[in-house]
Order: sequence, then structure tokens, then C-alpha cells
Amino acid sequence: MENITLTIDGKSVTVPKGTTILDAAEKINIKIPRLCYHPDLPPVSACRLCVVEIEGDRLLRTSCSWKCQEGMKVNTRSAFVRESRKMALELLLSRHPMKCTECVRNNFCELQSVAEQLGTREIRFDYKERKGELDTSSAAIVRDPSKCILCRRCIQTCELVQSVSAIGLEGRGYEVWVDTPFGKGIGDVACVSCGQCIDRCPVGALYENDHTARVWKALDDPTKHVIVQTAPAVRASIGEMFGMPAGSLVTDKLVAGLRMLGFEKVFDTDFTADLTIIEEGTELLSRINKGGTLPLLTSCSPGWINFIEHFYPELLPHVSSCKSPQQMFGALAKTYYAQKNGIDPKDIYCVSIMPCTAKKYEAGRPEMNDSGFQDVDAVLTTREAAVMMKQVGINLPDLTEEPYDDPLGISTGAAVIFGNTGGVMEAALRTVYELVTKKPLDDIEIKAVRGLEGIKEAEIDLNGLKVKAAVSNGLANARKLLDKIAAGEAHYHFVEIMACPGGCIGGGGQPIPTSQDIRKKRAEAIYLEDRGMKIRKSHENPAVQMLYKEFLGEPNGHKAHELLHTHYIKKTVYKDAEA
Amino acid sequence: MHRTHILIAMDAHTIAQGARSVKEALQRELALAALADEVRVVETGSLGIYNKGVVLVIFPDAVYYTGVQVQDVSEIISEHLIKGRVVERLQYTDVPGAEKVAGQAPRAGKQVRVVLKNAGIIDPDNIEEYIAHDGYEALGKALTAMKPQDVIAEVKQSGLQGRGGAFFPTALKWEFAARETSKEKYIICNADEGEPGTFKDRLILEGDPHAIIEGMTLTGYAVGADKGFIYIRGEYRMSINRMQKAIEQARAHGLLGKNLFGSNFSFDLEIREGAGAYICGEETALIESIEGKRGEPRDKPPFPPTEGLWGKPTIVNNVETLANIPQIILKGAAWYKSLGTEKSPGTKVFTMVGNINNPGLIEVPMGITLREIVYEIGQGIPGGKGFQLAQMGGTTGGILTAEHLDLPMSVECLREIGAGLGSGALLVVDDTQNVVDLVMNFVEFFNHESCGKCTLCREGTGRLLELLEKLTDGKGTVQDVALIEELAKIMMKGAFCGLGQAAPVPILGCLKYFRAEFEKLAKTAGSAAA
Amino acid sequence: MQDLKKVDEIVKNYSMTKTPLIYILKDVQKEYGFLSETLLTRVAKMTNIPLSEIYGVATFYSLFTTEAKGKYIVRCCNNAPCHVKGSKAVLDKIKEYLGLEMNETTPDGLFTLEFTSCLGLCAVAPVMMINDEVYGNLTPEKAVSILKDYKMKGLANA
Repeated sequence: MENITLTIDGKSVTVPKGTTILDAAEKINIKIPRLCYHPDLPPVSACRLCVVEIEGDRLLRTSCSWKCQEGMKVNTRSAFVRESRKMALELLLSRHPMKCTECVRNNFCELQSVAEQLGTREIRFDYKERKGELDTSSAAIVRDPSKCILCRRCIQTCELVQSVSAIGLEGRGYEVWVDTPFGKGIGDVACVSCGQCIDRCPVGALYENDHTARVWKALDDPTKHVIVQTAPAVRASIGEMFGMPAGSLVTDKLVAGLRMLGFEKVFDTDFTADLTIIEEGTELLSRINKGGTLPLLTSCSPGWINFIEHFYPELLPHVSSCKSPQQMFGALAKTYYAQKNGIDPKDIYCVSIMPCTAKKYEAGRPEMNDSGFQDVDAVLTTREAAVMMKQVGINLPDLTEEPYDDPLGISTGAAVIFGNTGGVMEAALRTVYELVTKKPLDDIEIKAVRGLEGIKEAEIDLNGLKVKAAVSNGLANARKLLDKIAAGEAHYHFVEIMACPGGCIGGGGQPIPTSQDIRKKRAEAIYLEDRGMKIRKSHENPAVQMLYKEFLGEPNGHKAHELLHTHYIKKTVYKDAEA
Repeated sequence: MHRTHILIAMDAHTIAQGARSVKEALQRELALAALADEVRVVETGSLGIYNKGVVLVIFPDAVYYTGVQVQDVSEIISEHLIKGRVVERLQYTDVPGAEKVAGQAPRAGKQVRVVLKNAGIIDPDNIEEYIAHDGYEALGKALTAMKPQDVIAEVKQSGLQGRGGAFFPTALKWEFAARETSKEKYIICNADEGEPGTFKDRLILEGDPHAIIEGMTLTGYAVGADKGFIYIRGEYRMSINRMQKAIEQARAHGLLGKNLFGSNFSFDLEIREGAGAYICGEETALIESIEGKRGEPRDKPPFPPTEGLWGKPTIVNNVETLANIPQIILKGAAWYKSLGTEKSPGTKVFTMVGNINNPGLIEVPMGITLREIVYEIGQGIPGGKGFQLAQMGGTTGGILTAEHLDLPMSVECLREIGAGLGSGALLVVDDTQNVVDLVMNFVEFFNHESCGKCTLCREGTGRLLELLEKLTDGKGTVQDVALIEELAKIMMKGAFCGLGQAAPVPILGCLKYFRAEFEKLAKTAGSAAA
Repeated sequence: MQDLKKVDEIVKNYSMTKTPLIYILKDVQKEYGFLSETLLTRVAKMTNIPLSEIYGVATFYSLFTTEAKGKYIVRCCNNAPCHVKGSKAVLDKIKEYLGLEMNETTPDGLFTLEFTSCLGLCAVAPVMMINDEVYGNLTPEKAVSILKDYKMKGLANA
């Protein structure tokens, strides 16, 4: 690739052609302040914080969008640049409520850190509130437009990354704000609850529906038997909430921390991830053998389920009837686990720690009560779980490792990779191959379905039966696959779809910030965990085998269907559109 | 055969003063007088007379009447048409008190009409009249005797600069697009005239729509585009209707469509309407608007000639720019260069508005002085008041004071004092007007029209307005004046697009020349508090 | 229930036009008076453009409205050329006569008062526009007499 040499603040730097000034400056350790720029999204050049001077140019230029040119002389620190940034920041701060200590983003707020970076000591404009009211209509996401700084990252995320477009701009000029159409609540429009907007929000204008209070209440209640499940992706990210570098794998510290919080049992969603593979693999083979609807689409990602229900209801017969691992866990916790341990299921309070905000919505779905109770009672995001530990002074990195509880804490390497895009597919293929061929799989690491590309395809030979598979992450990519499927142009057998970029490791409930680089590191940690596991195939999980023997009977059998499978609801994009 | 033609100016200005009912009265009374077969009433574009009510001219006598009301119609018919006597009380004379000379077009003295040569002369709804005035001859010449690069070369030699306000060399823009290999390219005529005080484009659209069609077709030929869009602001209903009619006539005459003049070149046009947003005058915001989106400007580069409408190479030219093209091709670059100054060739259409006796529109060679415009053509300031300031180029324009009265109005001279020609709107402000109120009015406009995309313009225009309100409410301080100035200076260099960058120009201009007015308000506030 | 057939027809009319959203919204507003949630939802379904985007467009342009307005929309210009010719006095008188502040509608639903951006009629400033008609060289008295005519016309047709 062609290289370009330019000067930034008197220092010469060589970068590939097409590099922005912001990235080039980073290379020589100058961090230019920015607010609307996010590495996942195309620059909008709206906040004007990253402006620089270029010799010979009468205007300031936004370094997030301006490309380096040969011989360019850039000044990132002149008096005028500093004053301009300060002015832009003051203009934003003066329309921000500045209730930092009450804010969910206190101490990891980008507006705060830019204010700190620029050394703001006064705001010369009077506070003027932004339009828009607190929106608590969603089970997953809360919107507080008063804190919005109009960076548009949420809108871009919703439109470009997820192709959902639930939110947009309203009005123009001084009174412009981000809203749902006609001010409907975010819970009343076709929002899929994925929470990617929260992940991109630089401030506290978007955050998850808080479940920490209800979890504390349950923990404080002596009559409740409070148990917790942890999703695969949480162990590879929660360390970041405590200052650990991205990619830190803290599985057993997490278990220890949760036990310290007072949970009676710390279980693993990985257990039901293995179970999912048995149920879904069986369903796949049955569809292939009996001429059922193909391709089979995975059902683990609740944001994805919301997406297909709203946008492609006609394709719902393709979706596996398997509940997500979280919901399988809830159903078993209040039946199998309760029976086995002689606990009245009404006293069990089932909490999950999820990298996800859509899981909050999923847990609250009215049909998710096959145990006779609401199967999952509360869902904490990775962030909320960390907050609870911090509230009582638990510093995760310092903890001594502890193992999960039996039996719902026993799992395999196949389960933990559910956290990565391609993981469900890889886990399923490991099992399906052996079930069909009755031979051990030589290389169980199926590289073709790994990696962060939006859409991946693979073909696996099962004794002459060639299984065609596709994997997508990020709903904009899912839409591409679904359009192909709807048009009859895709001849896959099995398709894994995850709502969030990178899969659950990039979920909307994960530590902020998340970027491609961070997703990559979390994914590596997940694969590291898999490699370290003694058992790496779901069908070899002894606890799962025991579950079938003791309780469920056959995969896809009657009891399994009752507890582990669900149905979907045809929704519309526009609720009131049927005039 | 009609022996007499009555041309009635049917432009938005005259309609606002009752032209439609006068025309109906004329037709009614002519029928009653059994003159309908002899006298034809023709609607034409602006006749160049603006705040004098309904304007009409009777040919072949070439007598101009102004302030015509419905009740005057029977007198004009009986006196002028039947008895041949001019109705003197309604006759228009260029300079008050001067001898009334029939046949002299208003303001003929200083004007050189290039882009307005047909406005008020022809019936804009009739393509035959345009053709009879050399219309579509340039297109025929280009398509039969010139290569596309010859057309670009001719325009380049003419030195024509974009009349939208930026004065970028037109041919240079064309060359960028011509160089692109894309099969799809687009020509856009920017008729989103929204700069307060500007109505030149409106009068060209309404008075000579075919000139724009011909100019766009020539541009399409030059850069290799076969499709054009005329983006007209939604408020310009009449311009839209006239233009639509003109397009249909041109199509019917084979002057738009496939294989024009038997060549391989095809070109067609579509009108796109704005929906009320000043920012859509900015070329990339305009493109967004055609694409059915919020009219927010795009980051540049890429510039439209390489990546514009629907991602294809696109030329966006202003109405006045395009109206110059046929004449340059027909009469040649040398002729064009003979007009105006060396660095600013050609003519410029100015609109004179505000506190001026004879407001309206003129087309003059570049380089005319401010004094000539205000005191000669504009006939001075009403009520014997003094000249306080003028704003050249619309509400984003620079501020000129008495010291600039003898400054030639050319791109280069204005640039030297930090101003510009902009849209050519000249707002004259007399010495009884309050400058701070005026600045507040400017800022109200920007605040209303900011798209809200970038922090500096969105919040900046809002804050400027609040600070000015604070001052006029008697609550401001000297620090507030300084903050206004600092904010304006930062917006000028740091805002996303031309709107945010230009909004500070008149504010800083007024602060430069009338700072005392601002500080007086702050000081009064300070002493009142003490 | 509102008849939405016209919306479908309008969208179909533009099937040959590339990115016709602004035209569609204009025609729908002309047909139904304003751009309601039901109407825009229908447009969204027919065009496959997300409602959030359509709503963003409908609230961006000043000629679009998502709320019901008066029969006559009085749009007054207050830009600089009208300002120096006394538009404020005209506007104050109009406000007084109609009993409205900006962006308000009279209780009888006859008049809505708004600002317009420059109409390019500055040589006859100050000006106003009532629906599609423009009026120039206004004085406070002249403006009121024009409004009186509209009031009579509006009440007669009511």
C-alpha cells in the first residue's frame, strides 16, 4: 500500500494512504479529543472537538474525517485549535445536566473525560435543557434525551450496524433532538432491545433498564433461594469493568465475586448452551432427514429473535424452536434443580448475568413461564454485575478463583464459544458430525466459521452429506442473509445469527467502550477458555447426559419440548400501521 | 393579427401587488370594447420595476405603466388603445422629474443585460419567443460544431465564475466532472434561492426559463451527463410552474430528449422541489434533499463533481451561472470578457432592497461602485435619511459602511475588505435603524435555518441569539460582547459548512464598525445594576 | 378509520421517480392537510423507508407539518430586508388581530401564524404569504384588511 509522510506538530509521521489525521496523530501518541467519532462508525464530523489546523487552509478541519496528504503540515495544539475545542465543549456542557454523580456513566463518560482532557474550569453559557422526556417504556433500554450531546452514534448504530432504525432525529437547529417517531416510547416501536446504542453512547443518554435493585432485594430476602447463571461472554469482559485489559479471562474470579454477593449457587449458562446444542442439533438433523423447513436459523440471540419477529415474520418457521440457553436454564432451575434439591420453585429467584440487554426483554416475555413461574426473574448486564460488586467493595481482580456449582455449572468448551460469532455453529458441527458419522472429529477447531467478518460461509462433509452453513453477526448482515433466504437464493442448511457485532462478546450489555480491537481480544479469551477445557463437545457433557437420563428423556422428546422449546410471535414493524 | 401587445409583468412581486386581477380586468374590458382580436395580453417576467405596483408595457409604443389598478384599466383602454393618448399619470419614468421618453426601458442607462436579456421582453410561457430571440442557437452550435471539450474551453476562456456566491471558476468544476469515467453523471441547477434579499434567480426562472434549460443542456454536453435536475425551493410556486411548462415545451420541440440536433447526445430534465430549508442552498445539502433525506450538508471531500447525487459525478450550478452559458457559447469568450473587470468578467445581477427609493433588480457589469448602485440606480434613501450601512450578498454577507461607497463591486475588491459579492443582494440600511436589532435579526435567521448537525452552528447560533437578547434586554455585560465575538470567530473557521462559517460574517462586520453600539448597551446595563 | 388509499396512489405515482420522498410527503400533506402518524406509517410501509427517517425528514423542512394547522397558514417574513422595512410592526398587528403567538392556531381553526424564510419579494417588503398567495408592501392596516377578507371567506365557507 502507498505510504504518505506528513508533519504533525513538527513531528514527521508516515502512514498508509487513506489514514485520517486522528489516526496518524495517535501513531505519534497524540490523542486528539473526540466525541462523535466512534471507530465502528463512519465519521459524521458533528462535535467539532477533533479540529486541527492544516497549513494553508483557512478553515479548521475535523481530524476524524480528514485524510492525510503528502507533505501536509498539521497543528493539533495551536492556541486557536485549543480555544475552538474548548468553545465546542462549553457549548455541549452548557446543555448537559451535569448531574454526574447520579449518572450511570459516572467515571466512564466520554464527555467527562474530554472535559478533563481539555481542563475545563468554567462554562460561560447558562444551562439550557434539551428537549425530550425520560423514556422508560422498554424492558431493556432507557433513554434520557436531556443528557444527549447529539453525536448521532446511536442513530448510526441503529441504522447502519443493525438496520433497525428505531430512532432518528426530530426537528432541526437548536431544538433538534434524537427521538422515536412521534415521540412514541422506545418500547412501543420496533426496537429489538439489542442495546448497541447504549454501547455507542458517549454519555448517559442511553442505558439499560436497571435490575440491580430487584436483585439486591432478592438477596436480602431470607426466604428466597437466589441462584445465578453467567453467560459465556461475561467471563471474557467483566474484568474490563475493574480496569483489567481487554481479553482478560476471569471465569473463576467471577464465580468467587458472585458468591461474595450472596448468591446461593453460581451456575453457568454454558450448561444449557451444551443442552442447546443437543436440542438444536437434533432438530437440525430431523429437519434435514424429514424434509423440514431449511435453513434452520439459530435462536439463542434474543435481539435477533426480536428482529425476525418484527421485520421478517414470514421467515419464522425457519427459526429453531429451541429457547435460548438463558431461558432453558430458567426453566430447568425451577423444575429439575428444584426437584433434585427439594426446593419449592416459588422460592427460587433466578438471576442471570448477561452481555446483553435484549435478555431483559426475553426474560420478561409472557410465554417464558414453562416452569410454572417466570423462568428467569432478573437479568443483569455485565456492567450491572460489576456495579453490584463495586457497591460492596468487591474488587474482582483481587479475588481467589472458585469453581462453579454442580450440576448446572458443568460445561464444555463447545458451550463457552457460544460467546463468539460462529461459536454456536462450531459447537453444533462438533456434535452433529459425530452424531451422524459416529467417528471422532479430527480437528474440532472449525476455523471457517471463526473471525469477526459480518458474514461467513462454510461447507462441512458429514459422511457424504454436505452441510452448508452460514454465520452472521450484526443485524445489518442478518438482513442480507434473510433477503437471500426470502428470495430463495440461499441454499444453506444451518445459519447462525447473532444480533451484535462479534456475537455476545460485543453485546449491548458489555463494558463500554467496545471496539473491533476489544471484540477481537475478548474473542481470543473465549477461544483460550475452550482450548483449556477437558471436554470440548457438548454431547460429552456428563451433566447434560445425566439430565436426559434423570429428567428429560430423549432430545426433542416430550418433556424437552415442554420446557426447552418455545414459539414465536409475528409482529409488525409499525404497530398502528394496520389502518 | 394583433396590432398591439400588452406585456403585463407577472412575477411574484407584481402578483403580490395584484397583477392577476389587473390582467383579468384587461381581458374582460378588451372583450367588451371588441378589441380582443386586435390586442393581445401577454404575461411576461419581471419588467425591472418592483415596488410600483402592477407594471405593464404596451407595444409597439413601448410605453410603461406602473401602479396600475383594476379601476385604471378602462382608462388605459379608452385613452391609450382607442384614442392613442398616453395616460401620463400612470406612465413610468426612470428618474423622477426626467422627461418621459417612450421606448426607453427602465434603468437602461447603467445596465447590461446578459442573463436578463429576455426577461420582460418575451412571453416565458412561449418557447417560440425564446427561439425567436436566438434561443437554443448556442445548443445547436455546440452540438453540431463543437466537441464537449471545446465547450469547456470556451467557458474557461470566458472566466465565468459561479454566481451562487462562491465565485468558483465554472469550467474548473466542469473539468473535474468531465474527467470522471462514470456512465451516470448529473447536472443540478441550484434554484434554492433562499438568501434573504435575493430574488435574481426567481426572476430568471420566471422570466426566461428556457435559458436555464439551454444552459443545463450545454453543461450536460460538456461534462457527459444526460440527466439534469432543477432544484427549486417549494415557496417559489410560480417558478416551478413556469419551469415545468418550459420543460414540456422543450421536449415537444425536440430540444430535450434523445439525440438532440441529430447528435448522439441526449439530455432530459426533472424538477425537484424543496420543502422549506435555507440550508439546501448548500450544494451537498441540496443533493441530500433530492435523495429524499434531511437537507444536511455532507463532509467534503469528496466533492460533488467526483461523488455527488446518488454517488455519481454531479455538477451543481446556480441559475444565474447557467443563464450565462448559452450567451458565452453563442457570442464567444472574448465578448464575455469584454464585460466587467479583468478578474471578474461578465455582468452581475444585483437585487437592491431595504431602505432604498427604487428597490429591485439590475444587471450591471462587475466593478460598479456601491454609490452608483445606491444613489444613482437605487435613487437614494427614502425620507432624506442617511446611509448607515449596506450588506452585500444576503444575510451571510459582509458589512459595508460609508467608507466603502466608492468601492467597486467586484469579487477581488470585496475580498480585500473581508466581504464578498455573495448572492448579489444588497441590503441598504438607513441611519435610523438600530444595528444591534439588525444583528439580532440576522442571528434569528441563522438560528431558524441551522440544520443542527454540528455543535458550533447548532448551539452557537442559539447562544449568539441568547447573548444578543441579553444585551437588548439590558442585562448584558462587556464580557458578553467579547463572548459573542469569540464564538463568532470560532464558528467562522470551525463550523461544518458554509452556513455556520458565514453566519458570523455580518456579526463580526457590525462589531467591527459599530462596536460602540453593543458596548453602550452593556454599559447601560452595568450602571443600572450598580 | 382514515382512508389511506390516496397515500398508496401517491406513492405509486412516483414509482418511476428515484428517491421521491419529499414529493410524496408534499402530496400527502396536500391531500390530507398534515402528516399524521397514521399517514407517515403508511408511507413507510409503502416505500420501505424506515419511519424514523421519514419522520426526521418531515420535521426538518418548514413546509411540512406533523400537526393539524389552520385553514389559512399566514407566513410572515421577518428576514432582514423586511425587518428594515417595518415587518415587526406588521407582525405585531397581525398577532394582535388574530390573537396568536407564532406557531399557534386560532380556536376556530381558520388561521395559523408562522414565520417564513425570505420569499424573494424583498422589493415589495414587508411581505407575507397566505397559503400559496403572496402579499407585499404591507402596512399593519393593509395586513389586517387582507386577513379580514380571508376571515369572511373562511367563515362563509365554513
